[in-house]
Formats: sequence, C-alpha cells, structure tokens
Amino acid sequence: MVDGKIVIDDVSYAYGGDWILRNVTLHVPPNAVTVFFGPAGGGKTTLLRLINRLNDLVEDTEMSGRILLDGKDIYDRRVNVPNLRRRVGMVFALPLPIPGTIRENVLYGPKLAGMNNPDQLGDILERSLMQAALWDEVKDRLDSPATALSGGQQQRLCIARSLSLEPEVLLLDEPTSGLDPISTRKVEESLYELKQNYTIILVPHSVQQAARVADYAAFFLMGELVEYRPGVDIFVAPRDKRTEDYVTGRFG
Amino acid sequence: MMSQAETSEKPQFIWTEFVIEASIRVLGFSTIGFVLLIFLFLLLEGVPVFWEVPLKNLFGTRWYPNFGYFGTLPLIFGSAFVTLTAIIIALPLGVLTAVFIREVAPEWLREILKPMVEVLAGIPSVVLGFFGMIVIAPLVRVIFNAPTGLTVFSGALVLAYMSLPTIISVAEDALDAVPKSYRDAALAMGATQWQTIWHVVVPAARSGIAMAVMLGMGRAIGETMAVMMVTGNAARMPLDLGSLFMPARTMTATIAAEMGEVARGGIHYHALFGIGIILFLLTFIINLAAALAIFRKQRRGGLR
Ligand SMILES: Nc1ncnc2c1ncn2[C@@H]1O[C@H](COP(=O)(O)OP(=O)(O)OP(=O)(O)O)[C@@H](O)[C@H]1O
Ligand SMILES: [Mg+2]
Repeated sequence: MVDGKIVIDDVSYAYGGDWILRNVTLHVPPNAVTVFFGPAGGGKTTLLRLINRLNDLVEDTEMSGRILLDGKDIYDRRVNVPNLRRRVGMVFALPLPIPGTIRENVLYGPKLAGMNNPDQLGDILERSLMQAALWDEVKDRLDSPATALSGGQQQRLCIARSLSLEPEVLLLDEPTSGLDPISTRKVEESLYELKQNYTIILVPHSVQQAARVADYAAFFLMGELVEYRPGVDIFVAPRDKRTEDYVTGRFG
Repeated sequence: MMSQAETSEKPQFIWTEFVIEASIRVLGFSTIGFVLLIFLFLLLEGVPVFWEVPLKNLFGTRWYPNFGYFGTLPLIFGSAFVTLTAIIIALPLGVLTAVFIREVAPEWLREILKPMVEVLAGIPSVVLGFFGMIVIAPLVRVIFNAPTGLTVFSGALVLAYMSLPTIISVAEDALDAVPKSYRDAALAMGATQWQTIWHVVVPAARSGIAMAVMLGMGRAIGETMAVMMVTGNAARMPLDLGSLFMPARTMTATIAAEMGEVARGGIHYHALFGIGIILFLLTFIINLAAALAIFRKQRRGGLR
C-alpha cells in the first residue's frame, strides 16, 4: 500500500458504548485528494474529527487503534494539540464564520499563532482568499461582517480560514453541501491547485462529486471500511458488491 | 358531500371549551388589570408630592422629612451606588461561573452545580441580610478599618450574591445557545479551550450576557430587606469613592423604614410614594433595556 502522510491503523471508535467505527485501517497518500464516501451515519465525519483531535472534548467516548501523521502518533501524550490542529485544518459541513469581519475570520488562526506583522498578515489574507476562490468577490469589503456573505461565500471563507495557516493536511467535510453548482465548481477546481501542496481528505456530498475529485476513494458503510482504491477504479470497477450497489445508485 | 361541507363550516359549539377559554381569558386580563391598578394607585398617592413640595426641594440633597426637607437625590444616588457596585462584583463572578458550569465542568459536576445555583435563588433575603449583618459587616469594618461595617460595600456584596443566581442561569442559557460548531471552528484553528471561550463563545453570547446583567440589576435595585439591614441607612450623598465604605440609604429601604410611621395622606406619605414612582420608572427602564437586548437577538435570528 502507498506510504501514508496519514496512517489510520486499526481505529475503532464509540459514542456512549456504540461502536460507530470498527477496525478501520487506511493510508492517506500525500498531495492527492482522498475521498471518504458512503451513506449517512457511516462514521465519515467522526473519522475526520479524529484526525485533528476535535473529538477530544466530546464526553463518554472510547477509541482504540492509532492515527499517525508523518509516522508519529497524534494521540501521543506529548503532542501539542493546538499545533496539531494548525497542521491539520478542517472545514465543516455547515459554514460557520466566527463572530467578526471577513478579515478577522481569515486572520484569526495566524494571529492566535502569534503572527502580527501587518505586511505578512495582508499577504496571508490575499493568498488564502485567492486559493479559496473568494478574493474577487470580497476584496472591497474585507471589513464587513462575515455573516453578511451568502452561504456559498461563507463556505469559501471557511476554506480560506483553514488555508491561512498553511496546514499540511486539509480535511473537508461536505464543503459544498450548501453551495450552488457554480460555487461548487469553483471549490472543486481549487482542489486541483491545492493538492499540489496539501494532503486533502474530502467527504463529498454526492457520489458524482466523489467520482469527479477523487484520486483515492474509501467507501464506508456502517462504520466499516468496505473498499479503498484509486478513485477511478472504485467507481468504474468496484470489487465489493456493496460498493457497486452504492455507486450505481442501487443502494436502499 | 353537501352536508359534510356544511357541518365543517359550522363547528359544533362545545360548552367545556367555551368555559375553559373564557376563564383563561379572564385570568389573563385580570393580571394585567392588577398591574394597572397598582400603577394607578402608585400615581394617585405619589403624584401630589410633585406640587406639594417645590422641585428644588424634592431634588435636593437633604432628606429630613420631619423638618420639611424632601431631597430624594441621596436616596437615588444611594440606590444607584449600591446597585452598580453590586453589579461590578457580580458580573465577573456570575459570567465566570456560567462559563465554568457550561464550558469547563464535566457533565456530572454540571448536574450538581446547576441545582445548587437554583437553591441559592431560593434563600430568603432576610436570611442573607442577617448573614450580612453578622458576618460581612464586621469583616468589612475590620478589613477596611471603617467606623462601621454597615456600608455601601457590605450592601453591594449581599446584593451581588442575591443577583448571582439570575446572572448565572441567564448567562448559562446564552452560552448554551452558542452552536457547537462555533467552538469546533475556533478549536480547528488551533485555539486552546480558553481562547475558544474568550474569543468566540462569550462574544457570540454577549447579548444574552448583557440581558443577564440587566435582569440581575433589576433584581438588585428593587431589593429591600437585605439592603436595609446592611447598608447603614444614613441618607447622605455618596459623592466620592470613599463613600463606598460609608453608610448609605436606598430608595427601597427608605420606603420600607418610614412607611409605617407616616400619616396617611400627608406630604411625607406622598413623598414616599413619589420615590416609589421614581423606582418604578428606573426598574422599567432597566427591564426595557433587557427586553430590547432580547428583541435584537431574536431579530438577528439564527446566526446566519
Ligand atoms: N457527538 C456524538 N454523540 C453521539 N453520537 C454521535 C455523535 N456524532 C456522531 N454520532 C453518531 O455516530 C454515527 C456516525 O456519525 P458521523 O457523523 O460520523 O457519520 P457520517 O458518515 O459523517 O454521516 P453523514 O453522511 O450523515 O454526515 C452516527 O450514528 C451518529 O449518530
Ligand atoms: Mg458527516
């Protein structure tokens, strides 16, 4: 199997005693888009949240197995969790700007990380918004409230916010679920650019999107990793009957 | 078909429904009626003072009713001073407690703390006043080397304690209403738990927190018994910070203390009701401000 930027090694996870991920093992290659797809409740979001330890504060959970980033266990006691989260950015299904202006949203992470050189911050602002394909639409109103943007713009703002920290890994959980087709295409196109520099894991909002963007694809069903192969193969010639049913739309 | 349409147009008259509905309506309107009656009574008994006593006297700085001085300023300032000091103490305490209960404490501890805060709210004010007299006042006297422990500061401490449950539970609801995804967003940017709370959660809940403070203040300014027991009741103008450790007299304490001794229908009697009107207006303004905060929050709807 490919050498992984991220290695998910026999991970199981439970909320309140219900095991919703079971023995998932998976290597995520660098500089590619890896797609986690499958029906609702399969545990895709949960797995993403485990990769940047966002579930640390959720009570009454259990986890077994290991997750490695560049060969190092991210659940090791010595890991600095805020630093880990700066290296592994996440964009959520619901675009939620934090209270404040567009500029404040994008620069929140860098400022927290202690950056305060205005020139540098200005560069980061422009670069992040460009990469998220939002710059042209907001460059004249960087200081207006982020909540005044449309849903699609807010989603790209959240992507820009994650990019501002230049993470090594970008986790995107249904980033286009609330977007119109044009914004969706913009985001998908920017993925081609981004994967040159980042390792991307994306939960798509449809099988079609999965097929469009995936270099590698993992099919999750009820907490189980059913099949994991290069993108084209899994959609053109799935090996498992359950994958085939799902990608051909025959799934119940 | 025809008959069906007809019956559905004329709903059957149901007696029980009518009786229940009517009595609910009567009860509802009578509550409003009582409030109006009380207000009317307050006006009838209080307004005469505004022509019986010249305004210059009425808004003067000396309150000696037995000698014809009806200056209400010391009382208004006394109330304001005690209330503001109480809020300055209670605001950080209340908000921090709410943050702790909602954001930091583990589930089991939260389940213990929440009912305890509610129990706090149920302590009768006379008990707190007694506690203030016996415990807080002597402490204040010794620590601040004041001539008496019955001071603005002691009163404010007791009042702060009394408004805490209101502030805590309203602020806690406000924090609870902040979507979980806000926290995730900040955490995912590498914020620590505290940074997340201060930069994102508390600002997102600020209108609710403002409301909590206003409601707490409304509770504090109208409080009588405890304040009368611990603030010392000297009607003097609290004009400098040193007055913090001097006695003061509030509007509520004045009414409570003097109402029993005045001749019904006299100037002094009318003056006490006049103070009641001023107090009523102040509380009304504070509650209105709180209501406006709620309204603004609702109008912004959701968080989009
Ligand atoms: N915080 C939580 N507490 C308890 N159970 C949870 C929590 N989050 C998720 N679950 C449960 O875990 C299971 C997997 O949820 P998850 O959100 O990871 O699925 P998903 O594959 O992302 O689904 P979707 O496609 O609907 O987003 C579901 O059964 C869900 O109910
Ligand atoms: Mg999901």
